[in-house]
Amino acid sequence: MGPLVANGIISENTNLLLAFFIGIGFGFVLESSGFSSSRKLAGVFYGYDMVVLKVFFTAAITAMLGLLFMSLFGWVDLDQVYVNPLFLRSAIVGGVVMGAGFIMGGFCPGTGICGASIGKIDAILFSVGLFVGVYFFAFTYSWWEKLYKATPLGGKKVSDALGMSDGLFALVLILVAMGMFYAAEWAEKKFPREEY
Amino acid sequence: MAELTKKEKSKRYLNPYLGGVLLGLVLLSCNFISGRGLGASGAVKSVVGASIQAVDKKAADHSLFMAEFKEGHGDKPLKNWLVIEVLGVIVGAFISGAVWGRLKFRVEHSPKITSQKRLLFALIGGALFGFGAQLARGCTSGAALSGMAVLSLAGFVTMMAIFGTAFALAYFFRKLWI
Repeated sequence: MGPLVANGIISENTNLLLAFFIGIGFGFVLESSGFSSSRKLAGVFYGYDMVVLKVFFTAAITAMLGLLFMSLFGWVDLDQVYVNPLFLRSAIVGGVVMGAGFIMGGFCPGTGICGASIGKIDAILFSVGLFVGVYFFAFTYSWWEKLYKATPLGGKKVSDALGMSDGLFALVLILVAMGMFYAAEWAEKKFPREEY
Repeated sequence: MAELTKKEKSKRYLNPYLGGVLLGLVLLSCNFISGRGLGASGAVKSVVGASIQAVDKKAADHSLFMAEFKEGHGDKPLKNWLVIEVLGVIVGAFISGAVWGRLKFRVEHSPKITSQKRLLFALIGGALFGFGAQLARGCTSGAALSGMAVLSLAGFVTMMAIFGTAFALAYFFRKLWI
């Protein structure tokens, strides 16, 4: 049955129309959760506001469990769901650069766009910065091409890499997340937030 | 319950665990409908590539980046799933901001720094994030969150690199936030 577009249940144009509504849901939930505020987002790195960790991991677990159960019931064919390929070196270097951008800018691309949508001027500047960064990459691509294409490992699953079944890995991740939620609640009490 | 003041209302947010479940359901329906995850930085790439193509029609002949872009995005790079999804994100965030009374032009910054400093770091941070997302083939939404939901190793590696680095650097940039 699913994914609907891969199995011809909906057309490519319907898929694009639905992308708009999925985006509305995405933007609405991010903004309602407080992700349009750099102050709330950066809180996760100092302990005064752990909303990023709570929302991020709850969302990852919800979607992961949903997909595993839907696959179990035969509602979705996981082989037709896109698994992003791993290029180990560029994923790490790119992630490190993004982490530096996160602590300086206080947003990530999706949340920056949300902040800009409600008039946060810092988020608008962050979004302008995104374009600067991508143009820079485009014009200097020959410098990075080797790094960009190094160590291709394909669309590998973390459960396979660890030699676990998908279900067992999901259980481990849920337990880890529970531990992190507990630590997050503790941190928010220990590092109270200064209002401004 | 007493009527909330405007300021109090604008500081109210969804319970984070409820927000997380809702975000997870959006991501799940996205995978069920379109067979792919959510994203953000990919839309910026499409706009950048389309703009280069518009200025220089033969860009793909002399730029490797544009040659690979054309291969991946075809002739209509703006008629793209991620571009349309991000238009939806803008609308969705705007609706939420309107519902909670948060639509306002302002610079949010710690009282310990000037708004100029906040804006400068926002711009630098955005540039780094945009660049890093190209290298890593996706950002926090496309690579990390969506990747984790499909148990992709790339998703977990990218997530740990992003959050690990930001944690490691937090001490040096603490004046921006606390």
